[in-house]
Amino acid sequence: MAPNMSPKRNEMPTQDPAVRAHNFDEVALGYSEEAAINEALRCLNCKNMPCVAGCPVRIHIPEFINKIKEGDFEGAYQVIARSSSLPAVCGRVCPQETQCEERCVRGIKGESVGIGRLERFVADWHNTFVSAPPVKPEPNGHKVAIIGSGPSGLTCAGDLAKKGYQVTVFEALHTAGGVLVYGIPEFRLPKSIVAKEVDGLKALDVKVETNVVIGKTLTIDELFEMGYEAVFIGSGAGLPNFMGIPGESLKGVYSANEFLTRSNLMKAYREHPSTPIMKGGTVAVVGGGNVAMDAARTALRLGADKVYIVYRRSMEELPARKEEVEHAMEEGIDFRLLNNPVEILGYNNPDDPRDPKNGCVVGMKCIKMELGEPDERGRRRPVPVPGSEYVLDVDTVVISIGTSPNPLIKDTTDGLEVNRHGGIIVNEDGLTSRQAVYAGGDAVTGAATVISAMGAGKQAAKAIDEYLSK
Amino acid sequence: MYKIAKKKVLNPTVVEMHIEAPLVARKAQPGQFIILRVDEDGERIPLTVAGTDPEAGTVKIIFQVVGGTTEKLRHKEEGEFIQDFVGPLGVATHLDGLKKVCIVGGGVGCAIAMPIAERLHELGAEVTSIIGFRNKDLLICEEEFAAASNKLIVMTDDGSYGRHGNVTVPLKEMLEAGEQFDMIITIGPLIMMKFVVATAKPFGTPVTVSMNPIMIDGTGMCGGCRLTLNVDGRKVTKFACVDGPDFNGYEVDFDEAMSRGRMYTDFERHAYEETCNLFQKEVQ
Repeated sequence: MAPNMSPKRNEMPTQDPAVRAHNFDEVALGYSEEAAINEALRCLNCKNMPCVAGCPVRIHIPEFINKIKEGDFEGAYQVIARSSSLPAVCGRVCPQETQCEERCVRGIKGESVGIGRLERFVADWHNTFVSAPPVKPEPNGHKVAIIGSGPSGLTCAGDLAKKGYQVTVFEALHTAGGVLVYGIPEFRLPKSIVAKEVDGLKALDVKVETNVVIGKTLTIDELFEMGYEAVFIGSGAGLPNFMGIPGESLKGVYSANEFLTRSNLMKAYREHPSTPIMKGGTVAVVGGGNVAMDAARTALRLGADKVYIVYRRSMEELPARKEEVEHAMEEGIDFRLLNNPVEILGYNNPDDPRDPKNGCVVGMKCIKMELGEPDERGRRRPVPVPGSEYVLDVDTVVISIGTSPNPLIKDTTDGLEVNRHGGIIVNEDGLTSRQAVYAGGDAVTGAATVISAMGAGKQAAKAIDEYLSK
Repeated sequence: MYKIAKKKVLNPTVVEMHIEAPLVARKAQPGQFIILRVDEDGERIPLTVAGTDPEAGTVKIIFQVVGGTTEKLRHKEEGEFIQDFVGPLGVATHLDGLKKVCIVGGGVGCAIAMPIAERLHELGAEVTSIIGFRNKDLLICEEEFAAASNKLIVMTDDGSYGRHGNVTVPLKEMLEAGEQFDMIITIGPLIMMKFVVATAKPFGTPVTVSMNPIMIDGTGMCGGCRLTLNVDGRKVTKFACVDGPDFNGYEVDFDEAMSRGRMYTDFERHAYEETCNLFQKEVQ
């Protein structure tokens, strides 16, 4: 078939912004078979495959796209499945524009091939039409423990289980999935998709033990005593950072982790939830990452009248995935760029110290910023404009400025070295300073992407296999 | 799922349960807490461990009915199951080296103070316990405290049992009489702990307080349980779930903690009423 030389990619059908701003259903609806084939035909099947080098798990991208061109969607799925354990997830949440798609030659004179959209199409097609039981490998008799059921843990578990390892995943929360469940909202990643991926692992005889906090319920040393021969730590990012400005403990100030966990994991978005969350009013989300976008759009869907993103740099530096920023703008999120909060203001009734409104957020004082000299990473440093303070009237503030590593495992594991930020130190294989203990994902790098965590889980699985095969 | 091995109603609003959770039972120390969910889609609530039986694999919890979730839990019977039970969380109370300790418990907080008194007693420390309740009907754990204490003073707000008045009265008397405690450990309503700290302050006696803020994951992820400490004139944010729940009483900003604790008061009252109505309908 002749290539499709349109400079524009096939549009992704989405829910109407005015409608979706009030529901938690998925925003992007996915390609039809026709759109997928049409988009696949835009791929030039480059010999040197620059896109593959941009993928942290090295999916054979031109090969799976060729299968789509032929209408062999299951064949395409099998190509992806060789490299990725969570295609339906990655097709939705990967920052493709800075990875595979950034390197696509079609992007030089137009839009790159919609690789992420095609990946999603293939994964969804497989999940809808194929239900072949997995081929269980012959057990090899080795036991491996995985700590955390987020993207790195699930990937590591999947890769090892396919090689015949007896794998147990320990999860601290009551539901498996880690950040895919508590962090990323339903409208961006339906939880049924995560559950399906976890069920897929269970079908490979991976055991998932929820309600076990490693470092508390059991320690890593106890896991070895229990007969596990290797351990992978994928415990994720830790405690939320706050800005250290006055008013951050007022009623109505949340970390993004708390706000999103209440809505996503605890289902506070449903009618008559058992877990409360502040709804309605005016909400300011501080930060510019994907988590900030998720929090802002969640606030809108919970019924906020108005939602601001307050970010201290400009749109150019805003780190969130482009599609999320576009979606947020379409939905009416107000971006206050080059703005930085200096104080959160609370209500105080001088006549009645028992007034229940006392201590509730009523506003956020911000200062305007301008971009100054580049910092050591080349990003222009934002500097405050003197005298530009003003008050944004808000009822809820969500702080989304990153996390610091969780101390639970480090504090209970002798000989496990961490860097000055608290991230676990690993070599290129993911091996920590402790023998047979591997780590990957946010626990190592600090807050990063789902796909880079998956890449680390994959690398560690390979290294664990080599170590235990010796 | 976690089985309720034993259930005992201590007073009209306080219930004791022994939950089968062998891994938690093996590890939990006085001062640590667990998080539970009663049923699927239920909320996660933290409860401090009131005791363990590692051999039977059970963990004792004592809770007061304050909202929808605790009301639902109250209706669970022996032999039934609860959805989730995770722990032990938080840092155990530091008891090493303490020779003479005053335990000050208030209300259902006494259930949490009790295992600390028992452990100190086992360690050979001299234990003075002051436990306070609104009235006689709400009295719990008196026998246990009597067994674990060298001296026990029971207080009620209305004088219907023990001495009349609140827990700071005998504490102040003892301190004024020259009693020297290595540590005062206080667990109960925030306002009570605040006044225990204020009472001890002129005497310079160290005070450990047990904080019980609103919490979701309890493992150091959500940050909802944060509180502000004043450390040498600096404000420091700490997280009760991983840094606590015990803190130096002189450093805690109690007013802020009380304000944050009231964030969902209306929601809780509503949830409690709805749950009660539901159970009433079932009965009818």
